[in-house]
Amino acid sequence: MNARLLPYVLILPVTLFLCLFFLYPFVLVAKQAFSTGSGFTLDNFSEVTSYWKFPITMRNTLLLAAAVVPIQLALALLMATMVNRMQRGRDLVLYVWTIPLGISDLAAGIIWLAIFDQSGFLNSMMSGLGLIEKPVNLLTFQNPGIVFLAIMLAEIWRATAIMLVILVAGIGLIPKEYYEAAEVFGASKWKQFLRITLPLLRPSLQTALVLRVILAFEIFAVVAALGGTLFPVLMGETYAYQFDLLNSGAAAAMALIILAISIGFTLIILRILRVPKGATI
Amino acid sequence: MTLYSKMLGAASGIAMACTAFAAQAETLFWSTQAKPVEEAQAMREQVLSGFADGVDYQPNDGGPWLTRLQAELQAGSGTIGVLGALHGDFSAMKPDDLVDLSDMGVMSASGTFNDLAKLGTDSMQYIPWMQASYIMAANKDALQYLPDGADINALTYDQLIAWAANAHEAADEPKFGFPAGPKGLKHRFFQGYLYPSYTNGVVRTFASDAAVTAWEKMRELWAHTNPASTNFSFMQEQLLSGDAWIVFDHTSRLAQAFNERPDDFVAFPAPAGPTGRGFMPVLAGVAIPKTAPDMDAAKALVEYMLKPETQIATLKATNFFPVVDVALPDDLPASVKAAGDAVAKMSASADANPGLLPAGLGDKGGDFNRVFVDSFERIVLAGQDIRTVLDDQKGTLAAIMNETGAPCWAPDAPSEGACPVE
Amino acid sequence: MTVVTTDVAAPDTRKAGRFVYISAVALLCAWVLVPIYFLLINTLSSPETVNSFPKPFIPEFDLGSLQFFAGFAGMLTALKNSVLVAGMTMIMSILIGAPAGYALSRFDFRGKELFRLLILLTRAFPLPLLALPLAVMFIQTGLDDTVFGLALVHTTLAIPFSVLITFSLFSGIPIELEEAAWTLGCTRLTAFTKVVLPLILPGITASAIFAFVISWNEVFAAAVLTIENRTLTAFLLQNLDTSPLHLKFAGGFILVVPALIFIFAVRKYLFAMWGIANR
Repeated sequence: MNARLLPYVLILPVTLFLCLFFLYPFVLVAKQAFSTGSGFTLDNFSEVTSYWKFPITMRNTLLLAAAVVPIQLALALLMATMVNRMQRGRDLVLYVWTIPLGISDLAAGIIWLAIFDQSGFLNSMMSGLGLIEKPVNLLTFQNPGIVFLAIMLAEIWRATAIMLVILVAGIGLIPKEYYEAAEVFGASKWKQFLRITLPLLRPSLQTALVLRVILAFEIFAVVAALGGTLFPVLMGETYAYQFDLLNSGAAAAMALIILAISIGFTLIILRILRVPKGATI
Repeated sequence: MTLYSKMLGAASGIAMACTAFAAQAETLFWSTQAKPVEEAQAMREQVLSGFADGVDYQPNDGGPWLTRLQAELQAGSGTIGVLGALHGDFSAMKPDDLVDLSDMGVMSASGTFNDLAKLGTDSMQYIPWMQASYIMAANKDALQYLPDGADINALTYDQLIAWAANAHEAADEPKFGFPAGPKGLKHRFFQGYLYPSYTNGVVRTFASDAAVTAWEKMRELWAHTNPASTNFSFMQEQLLSGDAWIVFDHTSRLAQAFNERPDDFVAFPAPAGPTGRGFMPVLAGVAIPKTAPDMDAAKALVEYMLKPETQIATLKATNFFPVVDVALPDDLPASVKAAGDAVAKMSASADANPGLLPAGLGDKGGDFNRVFVDSFERIVLAGQDIRTVLDDQKGTLAAIMNETGAPCWAPDAPSEGACPVE
Repeated sequence: MTVVTTDVAAPDTRKAGRFVYISAVALLCAWVLVPIYFLLINTLSSPETVNSFPKPFIPEFDLGSLQFFAGFAGMLTALKNSVLVAGMTMIMSILIGAPAGYALSRFDFRGKELFRLLILLTRAFPLPLLALPLAVMFIQTGLDDTVFGLALVHTTLAIPFSVLITFSLFSGIPIELEEAAWTLGCTRLTAFTKVVLPLILPGITASAIFAFVISWNEVFAAAVLTIENRTLTAFLLQNLDTSPLHLKFAGGFILVVPALIFIFAVRKYLFAMWGIANR
């Protein structure tokens, strides 16, 4: 086959598929964001951005992403290298670590609420150890720090596996000979990690980060379960516009704002972790 | 290779699925009510099993419920036979999208409800289906902290605050519970209880001086409220766990507490303020979208839902009370008895100040609720100045009323045209 | 003197390192498992215990909550639908996505950046907003309320994962490897199937896991687009948050189990045969 045409043939199925099932409905929805009934307008955008909660939701969403994603990245890298070095029980350990992947965000919210609840497992444990006399109320408006921490922990627990799986698959592709050679020259494990693993893992790192960051801006269910009304996030407001206020124009505007942020961050990550065409040995 | 064979297996599954489409003649009952898994199961097994042609009862969250309905209306054909939802859900719909049910020959026993069901038109847009209300409930252990001379069935807001304060002191932590969570019905407390009790109005008096007093009382009460209330949406959970001793919520959101431990809890009327004992009904209705595939079956189902036996079965299944005249049997669940008593006492009290559901707001019902929720979050949670917040929110409220042209509803004095915010 | 100390210290540090390593693995396993264990405790507790304080740390094996779901009408059909949708999503997203991943990693072509952006856009826009136009389209075309129709939507959600993951793995495989195969007489296609494909099996597996899990846990589209062919998630999950606590946990648990079984079944394909040759 003609090598110039080949890439287009290869991407044709995805493109057609997405045009039909994503782009078409997307354009219809996006159009609503720019109209309030008559002609082109930015009213929907000014409506949602001038709402008093908007800066708070924006700050919360960004703050959470900034706090959670780097930790997840570090943790996923650590787990991936650990599991890669393992001689025995590798399958089992990897399986255990990927378990949260199978748990939906709604279910994760239920689980973590059962832990941080006033009569939940954390309080039970602390009172069992004699640390506290009676259950402490953790998730309250007086303790925004604890609420934030709880949401962070739940998110790290739930969504690190997404990155882990991608990184494990990528790490497996790094030829073992590299490490053997490094071993011969006396490079420390840390050096090996910095000089071999990280550079060669760049494509997988990029993918893992991009997907994780995009998902981080769409976070909703876990936050709603743990933060209640105390920690409003962008996606929660979007749903409120769409389903409580029945204002699909405003909801679409919110969604486009989230989209713009996601794309912005994605482009930054793609720039930083640029992947050369077909890695060379 | 195993993976490959697994994929083959899945592929053959696809073939199976494609042949498995057999249209069923069951009427699809698309509902936002009776969502909890037990209630949905009871609806299917005890309420709808008696309907001869079969019903597929599917309760949904508001989001999917609305999206599916809108899609069917836009596409011009659908599978939904009967809609079950709250008054507010229906009032957000275009009257053209619902089938006129005036000639059905069934309606509720309440003229007020039947009028509400017309949604401002002159024909029945939905048929009232079942009703509920919001009440108070308490752990019996908390009764000892009632302030002196207080009658639990005729509490005032001041007594409630004193009670909550006593309980707070005794337990060394706040024990009042309030459904201020994301799915909690806090806005109804402000619209139907606090405002009517203090200002004898909701819209007209939104930013009045009496309203400032009402919010001050709310702040006092909040000082004795479990601060985790911003996570609470179903107060039965906190009653049962003991995280809250005295609570306010929708009757059906308290039901589980009474059914699991009937002897431990007591239900009682909402408190009274300077302008009476404000309270508010919850009204759910059944309607038929114009895209219903089998109109006759849908109408038959609506009729079936209004039958006395069905209404009693519905009461047992969902804790929503009948809207037609029926004699209630003796074998009712504990939750129904407790809630029924409390509601009866509330309505019969000398200072009763019943409010109505917001009407005429159309699809602005959500914005209307948001005015109250925002006021709560700013005044009580964020501690902003009451007067400033009310004056600020007043503009939003006035804009909603003017845009919809909704006239005042009780306890606000009637208005010519849009209800004014004074 | 110095020689002696290092000789003694080396096995010591190795032993210490090994200890740190093993305890870190154990700790991370506990971090993942303990919350699941709590879910299990609550699932196997009576309603009274679920509401009690302090909570027990050993399940009491009360099967009441699980039994409730066993008697729930339509659970099995819903389970079958869920598996079918997830299976189809898996196959379609890989068949459609992997070629694009290959194209992205091996070729520079005009519109490449635009294409990548399209892929990412898909994931960055909330599905609940898209559900309305999709449902209208499905009702008009007859795809509505079919397992296949829902699988199409879930495939849309899974495609960014399959394209990007396969892209990153293809990028990790040196192109020289393929070129070597060409010089040895392979065509582009046979070089691909004989040399590259075995290497990216982990990537395919990772994509498959994502596709399965995404489809399995997706509620909104499932609730809107299927009526009679409900998936288990749409059937259970969206009504869980309003249900009593003990049923919330039991329902959550029931939903988690099949996904865990699936991940367990495919976990070992996550390792490439090449990097870790000696198993």
